[in-house]
Amino acid sequence: MLRYLIKRLLGIIPLLFGITVISFAVIHLAPGKPAAVEQSMDPRVSAESRARMAKLYGLDRPLHAQYIDWVAKMARFDFGRSFGDNRPVLDKILERIPVTLAINISSLLLIFGLGVFLGIKGALRPNSLFDHSLTVGMFLLFAAPTFWLALLAMQLFSIQLGWFPISGLTSLDYEYFSPLRKFLDICWHLFLPVCVISFGSLAGISRYMRASMIETLRQPFITACRAKGLSRGAVIYKHALRNAILPIVTIVGLSIPGLLGGSVIFESIFALPGIGRLFYEAVMTRDYPLIMAEVVLGAVLTMIGNLVADISYAYADPRIKYGKK
Amino acid sequence: MRKNPYLTAGVVIIGLMSLAAIFAPLLSPYDPSVIDHANLLSSPSASHVMGTDSLGRDLLSRMIYGARISLSIGLIAVGISVILGILLGALAGFYGGWVDTLIMRFADIMLCFPTFFLILAVVALTEPSIFNIMAIIGLTGWMGAARLVRGEILSLKEREFIQAEQSLGASHARIIGLHLVPNAMGPVMVHATLGIASAILLESGLSFLGLGVQPPVPSWGNILIESKSTLGIAWWITLYPGLAILLTILGFNFLSEGLKKKLG
Repeated sequence: MLRYLIKRLLGIIPLLFGITVISFAVIHLAPGKPAAVEQSMDPRVSAESRARMAKLYGLDRPLHAQYIDWVAKMARFDFGRSFGDNRPVLDKILERIPVTLAINISSLLLIFGLGVFLGIKGALRPNSLFDHSLTVGMFLLFAAPTFWLALLAMQLFSIQLGWFPISGLTSLDYEYFSPLRKFLDICWHLFLPVCVISFGSLAGISRYMRASMIETLRQPFITACRAKGLSRGAVIYKHALRNAILPIVTIVGLSIPGLLGGSVIFESIFALPGIGRLFYEAVMTRDYPLIMAEVVLGAVLTMIGNLVADISYAYADPRIKYGKK
Repeated sequence: MRKNPYLTAGVVIIGLMSLAAIFAPLLSPYDPSVIDHANLLSSPSASHVMGTDSLGRDLLSRMIYGARISLSIGLIAVGISVILGILLGALAGFYGGWVDTLIMRFADIMLCFPTFFLILAVVALTEPSIFNIMAIIGLTGWMGAARLVRGEILSLKEREFIQAEQSLGASHARIIGLHLVPNAMGPVMVHATLGIASAILLESGLSFLGLGVQPPVPSWGNILIESKSTLGIAWWITLYPGLAILLTILGFNFLSEGLKKKLG
């Protein structure tokens, strides 16, 4: 296990290098790069920010020197200062992370729990009416754009029924609430967004779970379990589930970039102060230090998510660490 | 037909959508950009089947013209990513060694980026235009196709007909282009059809944020921008464009599922 762990951790180094090179290249080599913005008469970029930009990146220096400088600063957690309000980029991101994290973790739990449950139900009675309606429902969910579902949910639950607030994270009189009430208030505001973003990914997970469960139930060891007289519940939930759920762990890890990317849209719709909305604001105001920092952080978070998924997979399934060299 | 209902459903849905897009000028009852002050936000009626928007433009006509934009962005973006994916995947699979390591590591790195972040970062640097959107979505979506083609070629490479070709002295380009790639196309087509669906979703998301197709050119995503301000006032502006996206994505998903069954 230790050797596998070390091997995987060493694998991070080329990935980190690649992530920083690509982020750097995107900003500096794309048409309309910052250097060109500096000379252009683009009214969206003030003279002050242009000067700050040139100083920040040392745009007159050769590209490789700029790159090394930028990476060295990031290694010290110095992501520069925002063009918008001149505050450190890292501070701006850190104060937005809790909201995004809370939404994404609750939706991952919801997707995982409900997806696994529905997948098992479908797998136990393949081609039943329930299984078929599940498949059709999942196709529909998979096809619906998340931001459109969000708009429909707002229309129905917030405007017509008035059950949930239309947007935002807290009520107007939040300041005067007791701690418990504050917590409940935030939950009440986040309920709709979490449900809406979970629905999109639910389709994929439950289909994978169904396929994986059907595959596992065909294995000889399941027949052995049945033969020795275990109850149906014990066979399915104790023996088959543990094996069938393994590939799903990796898929949940793979869905992180989608969730992060999706947060840009739904945080804007629901007016939630998370890193997705921060990124959107950064793009609209062309706040380059903030954009670069978020692109790199998003990629690093994805990388860590994949790593954690792989390692927990290897931990749960001994075949991985001994089987492959 | 009866054996493969997914394929039939997919072909019918996508066929109808494509026909609507191609014959947009004949089908749409109004000019999609003509402003009608007498009919601002009028609800669906006999004269405006899907109602009008806040500038009095006919929603149905805008949707039909929007199909042109959304479908062509999906097709061209996926065209770019599939061509790139085939090229890189074939090189990696055929030559192996450091070429393979280099290309596949590059793909791994690209897969780390939340696509939407990368796309938005590039959009921030360039002017949002239809061509930029196509190129950006295409350039950030080739990794899946590359992995598929590489895998197929790795197994095809060992088969007798390729070895026969090699011993006959065929050039590498000929073996890759004429024998390996055509035989690997099945899974790539399945993947590409799904790719069109996600490209259309991406485009609609970008346009909805105001960073994709720019008004007055209609796309399903940018028609939905208005639904934020008309929530609770004009349900038709929210409902119909979303349904069009849903139906199209559903069509491509069915098509992909059907192709998967048909190609084995």
